[in-house]
Amino acid sequence: MNSNSLVSIADLSKDEILHILEQTRYFEEHPNHKILDGKVVATLFFEPSTRTRLSFETAANRLGARVIGFSDKGTTSTSKGETLKDTIKMVSNYVDLIVMRHYLEGAALYATEVTDIPIINAGDGSNQHPSQTMLDLYSIYKTQGRLENLTITMVGDLKYGRTVHSLLMAMRYFNPTFNFVACNELRMPDEYIDFCNDHGIKYNVSCDFSPEIINSSDIIYMTRVQRERFTDIMEYEKVKDLYNLNNAMLNDSKDNLRILHPLPRVNEINPDVDDNPKAYYFQQARNGLFTRQALICNALGIDILKQ
Amino acid sequence: MNTSKKELAVAALQNGTVIDHIPSEMLFKAVKLLGIESLGTQLTIGNNLASKKLGTKGIIKVADVYFPEAVLNRLALIAPDAVVNIIRDFDVVEKLRVSLPETIVGIVRCDNPKCISNNEPMATRFHLIDRANGELRCHYCGHSVNTTDATII
Repeated sequence: MNSNSLVSIADLSKDEILHILEQTRYFEEHPNHKILDGKVVATLFFEPSTRTRLSFETAANRLGARVIGFSDKGTTSTSKGETLKDTIKMVSNYVDLIVMRHYLEGAALYATEVTDIPIINAGDGSNQHPSQTMLDLYSIYKTQGRLENLTITMVGDLKYGRTVHSLLMAMRYFNPTFNFVACNELRMPDEYIDFCNDHGIKYNVSCDFSPEIINSSDIIYMTRVQRERFTDIMEYEKVKDLYNLNNAMLNDSKDNLRILHPLPRVNEINPDVDDNPKAYYFQQARNGLFTRQALICNALGIDILKQ
Repeated sequence: MNTSKKELAVAALQNGTVIDHIPSEMLFKAVKLLGIESLGTQLTIGNNLASKKLGTKGIIKVADVYFPEAVLNRLALIAPDAVVNIIRDFDVVEKLRVSLPETIVGIVRCDNPKCISNNEPMATRFHLIDRANGELRCHYCGHSVNTTDATII
């Protein structure tokens, strides 16, 4: 794998994470620093994801790079049966960096094995999505002023939600306490519970989104409970509203509490929370832009803080 | 004597490799893993032979062939107790146990249908993450599989 690629959040050391967060902060203050004049970035979206693609393309454009790419495999040679390897090799001839999203798991890692051009994984199936994790970390860092010793409550779909899994792994460096709030069918998988045990991470498991949990949290990370995740539809009907958040539930919460959500949300956060200053999910999405500027520079081997 | 009759049931080898203590149900998988189907040399394959350790076992004798260690170690996936006897001039000159390598390339299929390795013309790759329990993890998608359940390509 070429060393500047970013495939998984697990590739990053604590120092690298902290350094990217510092760079992200720089880009929040200087979003139009055109450091990539003359560079070309490809965004290869084999699976549509408008939000992620626009965020990466805006990041590249604000850095002064040119962007080429596609937003749907239907318009590419993939629909003619071209292999991923051939597509990556072809595009590698033209660009300095590839940002790719793919519906198959492990696609980005495989891409790094067939090219010397750095790859940023913008999501591979339900596997990894490291830029989402970095923007989550930046949002926590920015709102709390630190990453260490925070109580983070994860709510909703903890079984299939890759964002919570990646965030959990990235937080291992920072001595967190987790509350995992989910129904039994969508509880945190054993491998991540084992991960917590192996790394000495403190956690509580609860089926109840209780006031005690809410009022002890520094961060509440909400996720969407999707109907199609349930084998038993009766079970879905039973639990679908148990993990919804409304404004009244935040009455006795800590002042520094912030609500995060990877978006899109459906009804797990009532719109009456939106005007509460503790709601942070829209700013969180905005942070994605600065985070991706930092990740693009990092992948190109450019340290903006040393320029 | 009984034992000598048993031994005579399978011809003795002058030079070559004898692989013993293969679980009966894995014998033909072992043949496939070794890639000996197309060999031109004398080949003796026995199955459902009595075994104190396994109940019944399979055995493979290949004349005039010595396998590279990496090929023999593929057998550890399906026959962790297999014993490899190296024969020279009718004598066992070396006895080897097979051992799972840290990385297994191109042998095991990932059972995740959404894994890239099942959708591209490429070699699969697994890492041995728990030797005691035979747990493998797909290099690409991270799916775990136990060696006893692994699908051999």
